[in-house]
Amino acid sequence: MLPVLSFYLISSVAIAAAFMVVASRNPVHSVMFLILTFFSAAGLFVLMGAEFLALLLVMVYVGAVAVLFLFVVMMLDVDFSEMKRGFFSYFPMGGVVAVILLMELIVIGGSYFADSEVTPEPRADGLSNIEAFGNVLFTDYAFFFEASGLILLIAMIGAIVLTLRHRTGVRRQDITKQVSRTRKDGVELVEIESGAGTGE
Amino acid sequence: MWMTLQPVLGEIILAITASQFMLLTGLSKSKKRPDLIRLMAVVGLLAFAFVGFVTDRNVTETFGGAFINDDFARYVKLIIGLAGAAAIVLSRNYLRSERLDQYEFSVLLVYAVLGMGIMVSSNDLLTLYIGVEMQALALYVLAAFNRDSLRASEAGLKYFVLGALSSGILLYGASLIYGYSGSLRFDGIALALQGDYGPGLVGGMIFLLCGLAFKISAAPFHMWTPDVYEGAPTPVTGFFAGAPKLAAIALIARVLYEPFGDLAEGWTLALMVFAGLSMVVGALGGLMQTNIKRLMAYSSITNMGYALVPLTAGTLAGVAGMLTFMTIYVVTVIGVFACILQMRIRNGIVEQISDLSGLAETNKGLAITLTVMMVSLIGIPPFAGFWGKWFAFGPAIGAGHYFIVVLALVASVVGAFYYLRIIRLMWFAEANEGFVAAPRIERSFSLVSAVLLLAMGILPFITYPGLNLIRDAASSLFG
Repeated sequence: MLPVLSFYLISSVAIAAAFMVVASRNPVHSVMFLILTFFSAAGLFVLMGAEFLALLLVMVYVGAVAVLFLFVVMMLDVDFSEMKRGFFSYFPMGGVVAVILLMELIVIGGSYFADSEVTPEPRADGLSNIEAFGNVLFTDYAFFFEASGLILLIAMIGAIVLTLRHRTGVRRQDITKQVSRTRKDGVELVEIESGAGTGE
Repeated sequence: MWMTLQPVLGEIILAITASQFMLLTGLSKSKKRPDLIRLMAVVGLLAFAFVGFVTDRNVTETFGGAFINDDFARYVKLIIGLAGAAAIVLSRNYLRSERLDQYEFSVLLVYAVLGMGIMVSSNDLLTLYIGVEMQALALYVLAAFNRDSLRASEAGLKYFVLGALSSGILLYGASLIYGYSGSLRFDGIALALQGDYGPGLVGGMIFLLCGLAFKISAAPFHMWTPDVYEGAPTPVTGFFAGAPKLAAIALIARVLYEPFGDLAEGWTLALMVFAGLSMVVGALGGLMQTNIKRLMAYSSITNMGYALVPLTAGTLAGVAGMLTFMTIYVVTVIGVFACILQMRIRNGIVEQISDLSGLAETNKGLAITLTVMMVSLIGIPPFAGFWGKWFAFGPAIGAGHYFIVVLALVASVVGAFYYLRIIRLMWFAEANEGFVAAPRIERSFSLVSAVLLLAMGILPFITYPGLNLIRDAASSLFG
């Protein structure tokens, strides 16, 4: 009972959020709703027993792709009202594409439901997906795993080399210095004659 | 444990040197930091170059057959490691004078060499792709290392975009091959070719070959070469022209001879097209160049065409010829770029060919060494360049590919024009203001390279062990 209830709850949230991605006026809100859609989709994967895919979806799509979208939306000053102006002139073409996509979805979904006995089978050895991946990733594919790690390291070094600039005269926060400050170097008691000011 | 790791020992040494020693030393604030890190890089690269010959000389596969270490890989890694060490030593004075002396240069170069090592040892399409990407990613950054220069940024960006395109083509080919053979491993692909195979295997092989042809800048995939060579910092260009080309062409040889050996009639034609177009494009494109780095770019396109000629033969002598030619070419290129690095007047570095005018009067030593390089590139005996071409074109004649050899000879004659133009300018034109005295490193590198080019041509006690090494290397592809 609980899985069925959660399925309907999560999928209705997913559909509502997906609708709001298109409908909301503020592009930042759109991206936020997109993140909600990804989260709900991840929830659906968990319900299906594909917890590794759910994790990947959250890490890759929410952690990286959606944040990238947010950066683009917030940093590039895209005029969305300008982009919406051509809505009716593009409508016939876009409509045709949308109808084709819908037909495809119906065909795929129909063929899936016609053969409704297909359910994912758990592994014979009772391992979860993540354990099964880990078992091969750190043994048979250790070389590829490590080498891909090095490629990411190169990308990181490269990005730093090409963009990091050490400016002189920039004040940086030095936490040790802040914490080790005592009352003696921070506060000075001055006797001030009334009406004379501090003299500065 | 040791049995698994021993074949990758060279790669492990490089990875640990770069990621642990070099990057951690980078945290120090000492003034000597860049020199110390360069020293580590050179030691690591030399260890990488020689470690394969120290441990044992068997053919060893590891990681479930994904990685192979045989004499072929060992020989190519020897040359690549030495070329990488030479590039780091040669870059020191250039980076200092251009105020670019960040230690990450050495780190990236070491990683590029690591990627090339994985490339030449790949025995699996996944290893192949990881190696290609690793070296390419490091090289993109090296090309744009002078980030305040517009031309260097352009070079880096062009290289990156076209490199990404070539990776896409390569991956598409790899996916076709995997789809039609059901195996990522080279022996599995070779097995699939024994039986009934679909058209996808041939198509996939052609795509894979096109992706790799980008990396050796063989025409018609050469468009990026002149701009990248011109824009990148000179020591980086010198490195580009040698080691990555050798790694990529060695990979081509391995891919074609091991998994796709049974498709020889298919790839022979493709190689001939690449070789023929490269020779024509390189020879004609170089005629009108005024910048010496652009000229070397066209020269390298032509030379890659020559290097593909012996591979069309499909024989042991063909692979040996390719290795001989490429070894001599790498030595020549290091020498030529050591000469280009000496082209410095009081205001800074110059790169125009006209700046060499009358060099024989102002700097006789440089003029003589550069003349030796050019004569060797033309291929006049007794210099090594002649023997490189001799060993490269011989196997193709043996296989009956007369047309491509005749084309290569015609391209050599056309190409000789632009090398001779430099020689004429140096010896018979009016003298410019001379170059400032060059640092000792550059002078000794150009001198050693020139002497080697002469010695490899005439001294049997250098040539015979070298040729034996090359024959062992080539025969391991036919084991």
